[in-house]
Amino acid sequence: MKTIYLDNNATTRVAPEVLEEMLPYFSDLYGNPSSMHSFGGQVGKTIREAREKVARLLGASEDEIIFTSCGTESDNAAIRSALQVRPEKRHIVTSRVEHPAIRSLVATLAAQGYRVTEVPVDNLGRLDMERYENSLTADTAIASLMWANNETGVLFPVEEAAQMAHRKGILFHTDAVQAVGKVPIDMSQNNIDMLSLSGHKLHAAKGVGALYLRRGTKFSTFLIGGHQEKGRRGGTENTAGVIGLGKACELAAQKMAEENTRVKHLRDKLENGLLERIPNSRVNGDRSNRLPNTSSISFEFVEGEAILLLLDQFGICASSGSACTSGSLQPSHVLRAMGVPFTMAHGSIRFSLSVYNTEEEIDFVLGKMPQVIERLRSLSPYWKAQQSAAAAG
Amino acid sequence: MWEYTDKVKDHFLNPRNVGEIEDPDGIGEEGSIACGDALKLTFKLDKDKRIADARFKTFGCASAIATASALTEMLKGKTIEEAQKITNQDIADYLGGLPKEKMHCSVMGRQALDKAIAYYRGQPQQAVEGRIVCECFGVTDQEIEQVVRENHLTSIEEVTNYTKAGGGCGNCHPAIQEIIDRVLTRPKSGIAEKKPKLTNIQKIKLIQETLDREIRPSLQQDGGDIELIDVVGDRVIVATRGACAVCHASELTMKNFVEHKLREFVSPELTVEEEAS
Repeated sequence: MKTIYLDNNATTRVAPEVLEEMLPYFSDLYGNPSSMHSFGGQVGKTIREAREKVARLLGASEDEIIFTSCGTESDNAAIRSALQVRPEKRHIVTSRVEHPAIRSLVATLAAQGYRVTEVPVDNLGRLDMERYENSLTADTAIASLMWANNETGVLFPVEEAAQMAHRKGILFHTDAVQAVGKVPIDMSQNNIDMLSLSGHKLHAAKGVGALYLRRGTKFSTFLIGGHQEKGRRGGTENTAGVIGLGKACELAAQKMAEENTRVKHLRDKLENGLLERIPNSRVNGDRSNRLPNTSSISFEFVEGEAILLLLDQFGICASSGSACTSGSLQPSHVLRAMGVPFTMAHGSIRFSLSVYNTEEEIDFVLGKMPQVIERLRSLSPYWKAQQSAAAAG
Repeated sequence: MWEYTDKVKDHFLNPRNVGEIEDPDGIGEEGSIACGDALKLTFKLDKDKRIADARFKTFGCASAIATASALTEMLKGKTIEEAQKITNQDIADYLGGLPKEKMHCSVMGRQALDKAIAYYRGQPQQAVEGRIVCECFGVTDQEIEQVVRENHLTSIEEVTNYTKAGGGCGNCHPAIQEIIDRVLTRPKSGIAEKKPKLTNIQKIKLIQETLDREIRPSLQQDGGDIELIDVVGDRVIVATRGACAVCHASELTMKNFVEHKLREFVSPELTVEEEAS
């Protein structure tokens, strides 16, 4: 059975060009870039090139890029550094819809005595900018907002938010794990202090990420060890991973236009097709301001896990914000923060595309999805009641 | 991804007895759309008062659908009295087990069955039995106490897995812990009295089960243990091990604790003796 992979916000396939670039560093070129001999030194040179490529995608300089092991590490390093360099400040501002890498971290910090403000969003997932600005105080050490939401794809005006923070002398960090490579980012044109990205979300390997740290920003090292990354992150470099990330960033720059035209077209075709074919369905999030690859759709009166397992029978991979799939008993915190009714939240499915998806795949999903929902609705005690109510009304 | 047994997958992909019986003898609804799963169970009896047909409608995840399907299969051919004996663990066992986070699906099945049987008997459907403990999922103290007792639960996490209680805001965790403590230390009396006369084999088995479940965990906590040696009529002969064997308080432990438990769970006539060493 062919796999139709529509879960690219969870992880992406490693691009063949990226893999090719990485392979020699697992075999022949295994040297340590810190070594004095030229065998290791040649690896160091390739890492510098990779760093340049990552910097170029972000409109940054290479000395502003710190390689890490993942997006979560970058987030942890950023927030903890801000608190370390401003020890007198005890307040953190973030949003209610952040990724667990931020959410769980600030919850832990709150338990240690920090004050945390989680700014709410409206029912389209848009940040309440007035509340955000008002929450920034003299005691605030850092504000951290995601660039794009992983569940709905909704974009936050992080550049504007960074300016508001700066006006009050507050550091600003953005978790841009979902945004990098999908929307244009130019760090030379904004004043965001720190930005997290993750390799495996943009067709590099798992286990590599980066933290952008604006030149001149005071930084406290998170992973303490050797002099790697100019002493800002200890630990021998994940050479193959880093070199792959460089290649992936180079490819992302080339494919950004395709992402925002062809991939966006496929996403819209899928989304509009599902809304047309399946009654009692709706899109979660602001359709006019979101990632080009993401669609979160709710199908009323059915449950997400059941939908996913039936889709799995056809080789279709997606994800859900339902309670049963989250491992907790409540639907996703993002959908709850948006006030999505429980009848809708439990039946939410996220499709996230990549440049590797084809029109045929979308047609296949459009063919299968209505019967999956139909089948589960025929089991649901609420569906018949809903139908007769609709007929009577 | 959940690790579902083949039987769960089969009942999810090929659910049996989907639908609603018109003019049913029993009808029970449990859960709600807000909670993320709900079940409507209906059954009809034949002229011999056995369940001729049982059907379900479920809103929920794969295991909610599979447990409802399994329950309808289990019900067919049973009398009401037999059906009433089905526990949530029986439903889970029928499916070859459920992931522990999904045990609440089997509890939902049992609760819908209880309601359907109450409907059949013409007992009024009580809106809420007991006091709401978990506001997020509307779970009462009585419901929690029942699953704690029947499934020998010992932690809040387990209670959440079985009833969802405590899975939301978490404000009710202290209240859930109180219920667990209450059940563990003071099992409801009166259970033994209701039990029919036991055969010797049944009595020995029940004594062994009670020792294992109610007594040994407490003793083991203090580094002791107890072993069943023999049962002669109503005399239960045991041997103490570990810390109990050398503890001066062990005789007191025998009389006050072990005997109390055995009388409560097995038979009020029992006396406990320590094996002559």
